[in-house]
Amino acid sequence: MSHLKLSGISKSYGQFNALEAVDLDIAKGEFVTFLGPSGSGKTTTLMIIAGFESATSGQVEIENKSLFGLAPYQRNIGIVFQNYGLFPHKTAAQNVYFPLQMRGVKKAEGLRKAEEMLELVGLKGFGHRHPKELSGGQQQRVALARALVFEPSLLLLDEPLGALDKNLREQMQIEIKRIQRALGVTTIFVTHDQSEAMSMSDRIVVFEKGRIQQVATPLELYHRPQTRFVASFIGESNLIDVKITDAAKREARNDAIGAIQYAPSNRPPTGSEATLMIRPENIKLSRNPVEGRHNVRMKVETIINYGDNALVVGKVGEQMMRVRVLGADVVIIKEGEECCISWLHDSVYLIAK
Amino acid sequence: MGNCIARLTERKNLWPWLLLAPLAIYMAVFFLVPLIDVAIMSVTEPRPTLANYQRVLTGSLYLRVFLNTFITAATVTFACLLVGYPLAYLMANSKPRTATLILLLVTMSFWTSFLVRTYAWMVLLGNNGPIVWLLQTLGVQQPPQLLFTRFSSTLAMVHILAPYMVMNIYSVMRKIDPVLIRSAESLGAKGLALFRHVYLPLTAPGIANGSVLVFVICLGFYVTPVLLGSPREQMVAGLIGNQIDEFLAFGMGSAMAMVLLVVTLAILTIYHRRFGLDKLWG
Repeated sequence: MSHLKLSGISKSYGQFNALEAVDLDIAKGEFVTFLGPSGSGKTTTLMIIAGFESATSGQVEIENKSLFGLAPYQRNIGIVFQNYGLFPHKTAAQNVYFPLQMRGVKKAEGLRKAEEMLELVGLKGFGHRHPKELSGGQQQRVALARALVFEPSLLLLDEPLGALDKNLREQMQIEIKRIQRALGVTTIFVTHDQSEAMSMSDRIVVFEKGRIQQVATPLELYHRPQTRFVASFIGESNLIDVKITDAAKREARNDAIGAIQYAPSNRPPTGSEATLMIRPENIKLSRNPVEGRHNVRMKVETIINYGDNALVVGKVGEQMMRVRVLGADVVIIKEGEECCISWLHDSVYLIAK
Repeated sequence: MGNCIARLTERKNLWPWLLLAPLAIYMAVFFLVPLIDVAIMSVTEPRPTLANYQRVLTGSLYLRVFLNTFITAATVTFACLLVGYPLAYLMANSKPRTATLILLLVTMSFWTSFLVRTYAWMVLLGNNGPIVWLLQTLGVQQPPQLLFTRFSSTLAMVHILAPYMVMNIYSVMRKIDPVLIRSAESLGAKGLALFRHVYLPLTAPGIANGSVLVFVICLGFYVTPVLLGSPREQMVAGLIGNQIDEFLAFGMGSAMAMVLLVVTLAILTIYHRRFGLDKLWG
């Protein structure tokens, strides 16, 4: 049974449609990420759920009860904003006590609960500090404690890690997951960072141009993207435009590469246009053709070395190809040389147009 | 000489100080020197004793005037706050066009000479003025005396000083991050509770700034209380004027001026300790 249900949510500003018919079911306790570039509608959807924006049409329901007409303060939804929104005139403990205070909880009991929640987020003993005396990561934890202390029916996180540096961001990803699991609170996390989405989510909702492109688990999204946009947005990929020449034999044709076989797919019929996706790490680089694989010759243009691995970019005819190789393997070629790249048929994934 | 300056500026970065020099010299000649002169006069006129201070600090007339000055300044400050806060809120929270219009009205009154504004109140509140006429038309047999009362001088001072309050509060309100208000709402706050626990504390620096500015300016106000106020309820500046204009008692006038200066500095010091004086100008 779904905990949060969005049905047919649309939002338009004059002529511009920010959201078009968004449908989504989220189960109780689930950690769902809204992923998409800026302006894709993910934040608008979040604000509609929170009640700060109203949908032009459609419904938001929690536990089968419509939120229509409820102001933000009536919704019992916890939100952590990108810059935390901590009250600068209150201490950490007073900040966390605030939602309880608004619900009529007595001061002694409320402050005790606030301290408990601060302890859960790893800030035991920091209650008396003001936000400006805390680091970015600590402020983040206070904001999280404050959004959770009143046992909200839903936790919304609006790009909460955007302001933190890389190391702290990874640490907070782990922390947020731990706290979310400990409390079992249904959570929606908004981000434009695909690696953040991949590492944290039970499911990811990919937004583009006001529409949901795909809803799937991180692995499914990576291996079986349903649209060209999802394939290009999640991870690196080689996208090859083809025409299906024989659907029964799973054969397609690209002008530069020639005939390509693809993994089992029941989608497009013979003669239709489609896109093939090959992840760069599924392509092997060698001097000579490798038996049992599909081999083509590539002219290497650029090699970017990352130490443990390297990205080799080159061209097969006019088709740009990216190959991810282990660091040690890259020594066999140089920029400007020709080499052989090869893949298995099973790693060629077909995306319908 | 030029060589010498060049060497000095090389050694330490003295250019900012050199640029400040004209202003510093001007202030020293036309402000500091006269001020020291006043301080000296307060203990030498008519004879070199502390008698002037003794009279100022013990004479019941003088104490009453000082007390009256403080009460008036406090009343004006409070009234400015009551008028200014909602106005600033309106400015900070309305559409740009409306906000600009209010801002224009507030600053227009601010740009008009306060002497002109003081005389304008004399016309409005006078015995043959429109307000008395209106009261008579409405059937009030004996309209109350409006002009030359504590009421009229307080009213005019509120009018003159309110823009200081509005601007200070407005500048703080405008800087409030809307996310704070949204956070408060999402956490269950609404209406009065949101105002009391979040909005009001966030605007407190503006209230403090505006209040101290209005209070301090009001302490030394001269023209308006002299022209509009009751002669029986003088403020300190008026009394100092009297001492010098009418009684030629330069010593007494100077001593009062010094007491007023010390009190004002004391208030600013306390304020500085608490909030920081640098925030006073936004």
